[in-house]
Amino acid sequence: MNTASATVPSRLADIVGPSNVVADPAQLAAFAIDDKKPSVSVSPQLIAEIVEIVKFARKEKLAIIATGARTKLGIGLPPRQYDIALNMTRLDRLVSYDPGDLTLSAEAGIPLHKLSAILGEHHQFLPLAAPYFDRTTIGGTIASGVDGPLRQLYGTARDYLLGMEFVTGEGVVAKSGGRVVKNVTGYDIHKVMIGALGTLGVITRINFKTFPRLLSSRAFVSTFQTLERACGMRNRVSQSHLAPVTMEIFSPGVANLFSTETASRIAPNSIPENILGGSRWIFTSGFAGNPNALARYENDLRKMAEECGAVDAAVLEGPQLASAFALKREFIPLALSFSSAATILKISVLPRQIAEALTAATREAESRHLPWVVMARGVGMIYFTILAGESSEATKQQVVQASDNILLACAALGGNATIPWCPTAWKNTLRVWGPPRADFAQMLKLKKAFDPDAILSPGRFVGGI
Amino acid sequence: MDSHAINDLKKLLGADAVLHRPEELLLYEYDGSVEVARPNCVVFPRHTKEVVGIVQIANRYQIPMIGRGAGTGLSGGALARQGGVLVVFSRMNRILEIDVENQCAVVQPGVVNADLSVAVAQTGLHFAPDPSSQKASTIGGNVSENSGGPHTLAYGVTTNHVHSLEAVLPTGELVRLGSPALDSPGYDLPGLFVGSEGTLALVTEITVKLTRLPETVKTLLAIFDTVDDATETVVDITARGITPAACEMLDGWTIRAVEAYVHAGFPVDCAAVLLLEVDGLREAAEQHAEEVADVCRLHHAREVRVARDARERDLLWKGRKNAFGAVGRLSPTYYVQDGVIPRTKLPQTLRRINEIGEKYGFEIGNIFHAGDGNLHPIILFDAREEKQFQRAVASADEIIGFCIEMGGSITGEHGVGMEKDRLMPLLFTEDDMNLMRRVRDAYNPVGLLNPGKIFPDTKGCGEIHVRPLPVAGASRA
Ligand SMILES: Cc1cc2nc3c(=O)[nH]c(=O)nc-3n(C[C@H](O)[C@H](O)[C@H](O)COP(=O)(O)OP(=O)(O)OC[C@H]3O[C@@H](n4cnc5c(N)ncnc54)[C@H](O)[C@@H]3O)c2cc1C
Repeated sequence: MNTASATVPSRLADIVGPSNVVADPAQLAAFAIDDKKPSVSVSPQLIAEIVEIVKFARKEKLAIIATGARTKLGIGLPPRQYDIALNMTRLDRLVSYDPGDLTLSAEAGIPLHKLSAILGEHHQFLPLAAPYFDRTTIGGTIASGVDGPLRQLYGTARDYLLGMEFVTGEGVVAKSGGRVVKNVTGYDIHKVMIGALGTLGVITRINFKTFPRLLSSRAFVSTFQTLERACGMRNRVSQSHLAPVTMEIFSPGVANLFSTETASRIAPNSIPENILGGSRWIFTSGFAGNPNALARYENDLRKMAEECGAVDAAVLEGPQLASAFALKREFIPLALSFSSAATILKISVLPRQIAEALTAATREAESRHLPWVVMARGVGMIYFTILAGESSEATKQQVVQASDNILLACAALGGNATIPWCPTAWKNTLRVWGPPRADFAQMLKLKKAFDPDAILSPGRFVGGI
Repeated sequence: MDSHAINDLKKLLGADAVLHRPEELLLYEYDGSVEVARPNCVVFPRHTKEVVGIVQIANRYQIPMIGRGAGTGLSGGALARQGGVLVVFSRMNRILEIDVENQCAVVQPGVVNADLSVAVAQTGLHFAPDPSSQKASTIGGNVSENSGGPHTLAYGVTTNHVHSLEAVLPTGELVRLGSPALDSPGYDLPGLFVGSEGTLALVTEITVKLTRLPETVKTLLAIFDTVDDATETVVDITARGITPAACEMLDGWTIRAVEAYVHAGFPVDCAAVLLLEVDGLREAAEQHAEEVADVCRLHHAREVRVARDARERDLLWKGRKNAFGAVGRLSPTYYVQDGVIPRTKLPQTLRRINEIGEKYGFEIGNIFHAGDGNLHPIILFDAREEKQFQRAVASADEIIGFCIEMGGSITGEHGVGMEKDRLMPLLFTEDDMNLMRRVRDAYNPVGLLNPGKIFPDTKGCGEIHVRPLPVAGASRA
């Protein structure tokens, strides 16, 4: 630390009080991103404090990265510079909640599970079934752009976010949208903040539309000998009038992932062995409704599964259903905890291309003897996971080659592929954000408008933004 | 406008695709709003390349350009506030691709909303955004305004149904934003450009999502003797977490106007009706419909009718969707507002609107998307009297002021345009607006595209060729 930065903690302490500044390197390890530690962490409780901090950082040319529960900081490229960890967890108030209007506004640092509990008291919920559910903050969930199993029916955050308030890279508080469920006043700036990894602004408040809790629900599970048949089932369901709540396909081998110690903590009620498929592909779909609707779903799904060549089928309810849902939601943390060098490719293709994209991906992994496991959402999102056992140079080369080819194959299909999660040491070789994007120049323009000096989360996002 | 510019445009597009004589321009002074502004010239590109060429010419001569679909917009979005070239997309009206299996379609911006749904109806799909103007308005216009419709309540607005865009930036760059596959890496640029009211780019191609038509549709008409009962019903339906596919309200005055024109079968002696629709699986929709009917009865509905067949259902919807036309027969001019309020505040807001009407001595009809809290008070006035227009605007401002007081917004679906720019500061701080202006300037650096819209400023304003002289609204410019 040079002399100028030596005074940073005390300057920050002037803003938030000394007890909310951490400069002890040992404690700062908890805020590390890709092995890079900040020189200080600061925990504001007020938006005005954030404004001060950002203005100070800008003047001193310090880089700020906002952090929530720190569960998804590994997404993206290593930061180019990282001086201040802006710990958002004290900004955790519920600003307003109008159950009768099904709208709420909350500060970014509020944990998702806490918000869910409040909503639950009013028989409502937020369809943001994001991984690390028990810890993650809403700000972190939105900024990291992760999805969840409920997107099948409810879409993603962009579909139920009503507005946002944030602090730009110049320390200006700005907002867009509003609190009502329908609104076209001004630009929808909050949409570009979703998944931007904090590169456009520090999210301080988020307004959501909430939803009535589902009537009783179940999950249908069936297994198939081949990927094509499992995808056939997905296609069959999407051509019908059924409107399932979730729809996923899992590869053989997911049972290993789901039977670890970590998994049993997330999902205490184990799911019967035969349902987890062994060597088979698993199709699973949650549905909800009144007893008549439930019966209809079960009937129709069983019939469709049979027509599509299912080996067996079952319906989960109660604690088993909850466990199955938690496993779907927590697929990413489970995969990452399963092996030290786990590398997850996030692929999106048109729904009818799932089988083709996956065939290409599995071919690349298998020809290099890389173990893999897959979760594919029915909407066309694929989490292709290479479970590399160790982060050796040789393994790295294999993973790089495989993933490069998979990226190309997906691009050829007109899809997208990135590598949000992989060992830090591999990030300079893997194409973390996939092939260059045609609309990159338009993204740069946006970045400049929000954060002209590039002090917010520098270097982590697409193209090194 | 420079005659060289007109010549260049003619050379690019052919003489039949360029209008510039005053009598030819008359029609393009208007859109669906009460605003008026005349362009200097109107052009009709046939494909994207021509749009790029138009933008290049506009840049060469530094003339404003304004996109236009069907001109049904209700906030003056498609008017040449500062003159310039109006780029009308009516000839770019081809459906380029329909992908039934992946439930998406690629369309040119001039495709009329309803035409897409008709084109895919046989496959059991439809384009879900259904503005009441859907038989005329274009998908390009829908995208620019982020339009909603009666079924927005369950299906979402236009932005929820757009995957990606091809667009020509005001600088002449041709760009593709987003991708047909979900979660395109990087900033959600389609999310930003949809709803930007034609101020960021001219949209030349749109990839939209197609939605499966429901198995069962139940349409109910609940008839009330007081407006309060109707609004309380909406509050209760919302609070119970019953989300109908649509929940529209028409008050007594509007019903009588509609009946005289459409004969939809609305009872002319009631105070309000709710037009409710539930859909989905047979098993769910039937129970849902009963629940909705029960809530209506709980709040003293005089009668709850259920449409027996498609014909009855269509008739009810015809009444709803032609309401503005019906109103137009009664008054030389009307002014539709578009405020939004939290649904819990519906009863007091409708009471307040009524009081405001009495205070100003105007008839104010209400026909609106009640389930979304999206009001459309229709203020009837005579535009030939300047004073009346001013009073109409004053009463509208009072209504909007009340919406904001309730925690609402100034526009739910019609856009800010040149009609509500002066109201923006009621919702947004100077800092909020400055950031939005910066975003605009990032893509529209000289302000040549659709100048004078959304923001209460004059930045990017070129020479003012035509004074925006409204029917009766000079005082508002
Ligand atoms: C009777 C009636 C009922 C209506 N009902 C509804 C309703 O239920 N819900 C609702 O939301 N709206 C409604 N509207 C408003 C209007 O129909 C919508 O805003 C519609 O989307 C406008 O489409 P348009 O093609 O007429 O666009 P225009 O009015 O021509 O243009 C609207 C805006 O889009 C821009 N634009 C158009 N095409 C392009 C393009 N290709 N590239 C860039 N910019 C472009 C224009 O510059 C302008 O800013 C109604 C209007 C009427 C008259």
